[in-house]
Amino acid sequence: MSEFRTGATSEFRMPSLGADMDFGTVLEWRVAPGDRVARGDVVVLVDTEKAEIEVEIWESGVVERILVAPGQKVPVGTVLATLGSGEAAAAPPPPAAPPAREAPAAPAPLPAAPAPRGPAPSGRVHATPLARRIAEELGVDLRRVAGTGIEGAVTADDVRRAAAAGPGPAPAQLEAAAPAPAQAPRAARGPERLAAIRRRIAEGMERSKREIPHYYLETSCDLSRALAWLEAENLRRPVTERLLLAPLMLKAVAHGVAAAPELSGHYVADSFRPGSGVHLGVVISLRGGGLLVPTLRDVDRKSIGELMQELRAATARARQGTLRGADVSEATLTVTSLGDTGVETVFGVIYPPQVAIVGFGRVTERPWAEAGLVGARPVLTATLSADHRVSDGQRGARFLAAVARALCNPEGA
Amino acid sequence: MTEAEIKALLLEALGEVAPEADLAGLDPREDLREQLEIDSMDLLNFVIAVHRRTGAEIPEADYPKLASLDSAVAYLRARLGA
Repeated sequence: MSEFRTGATSEFRMPSLGADMDFGTVLEWRVAPGDRVARGDVVVLVDTEKAEIEVEIWESGVVERILVAPGQKVPVGTVLATLGSGEAAAAPPPPAAPPAREAPAAPAPLPAAPAPRGPAPSGRVHATPLARRIAEELGVDLRRVAGTGIEGAVTADDVRRAAAAGPGPAPAQLEAAAPAPAQAPRAARGPERLAAIRRRIAEGMERSKREIPHYYLETSCDLSRALAWLEAENLRRPVTERLLLAPLMLKAVAHGVAAAPELSGHYVADSFRPGSGVHLGVVISLRGGGLLVPTLRDVDRKSIGELMQELRAATARARQGTLRGADVSEATLTVTSLGDTGVETVFGVIYPPQVAIVGFGRVTERPWAEAGLVGARPVLTATLSADHRVSDGQRGARFLAAVARALCNPEGA
Repeated sequence: MTEAEIKALLLEALGEVAPEADLAGLDPREDLREQLEIDSMDLLNFVIAVHRRTGAEIPEADYPKLASLDSAVAYLRARLGA
């Protein structure tokens, strides 16, 4: 994906973190030359304007050279670092190939000498935006604060506690321990970040409404069985493994894709390209406006429990403003749920180059007729907005019926 | 655990699920979900954050008792036998 091999050395390139990304700014390296990395390790923090993204490497080896310094903005495809096998590393690696697209300026290679190892190998600490702000105000060094938040993130209270405890030992020592390339000056933050997100949404949605002939379908179903199943499951699950309705919705959408695969994929150069898997973008709205849409990959092949864990972690990351590379890999279909806000129905706007978006509203108790009897039931409305260039109402209906059937008659319920 | 300690612990947990929110301006008697725009996923993450700090397994049926900061403090005090 973002690397390829050239002899014994492979290149780690600036990945495309979303269809709308042309450039990325390296904020901070989490590895130094000489470090051994394994597939899936987070190696660099990249700013895409929309979010800070912890980028994973999909190859194992030893970091040979880091070619792009923190603070530099480079096009997608630029070689960021070279990776070797870690064995016969005597010969110097060949100079990096020029990036596919014209780079603004050739990034100056950093000295390859390994940085001194210390207790704080990375210059940047995982912390919440509020914690950073408060740390700045109180003059607290985040590297000295033990994080108690999600995935060990430093929270505002950790900072306040650290400030109350007074300055820690020898900040000079910490300076010495920090690797040579420190973190880049923080780019867009807070209001600027939201403005950047807003711009991206505007571009995407404008293009969508200009280019995509949407058609809309809606259906409702009785959620009694699904809710009863959820309740029973949650009674026996420990709090950390508890479920919400959301993963059931995602699983149901995967059933819809199985029934009508042409709703999942991309419309590129006047033709439809089916998705290589069921990768669902999940809309997460941010406080203060804007939204992020992390991708859950291979939803059709995962269990409800796995989907729940992934969704929970992705939501926490979105709230903290730092996503993972896998979160922003390209989705084949998007799902939006406005149930928590109280609206009963939402018709989404398709996110190009995707060809459909599924919307779920709030579960409401409504009169419901079944087998000649009317009763009060928890009812959910599901909608589909789809691209008429790719599919017709008939196929869309087949898709949406399959979603509703899967959701309202969950397996095992 | 004292009432103040429980309150501090709850605020810390809230800060974790809603890092962008300003907790200083929180009205302890008002609905947390409304004040902090907490959705069902945030609420679950909050319950898990409280669980990690106290070991309390708060059942889903008790979620309404966590509605405001005051009610959550009262609930946890009873629950932890403080």
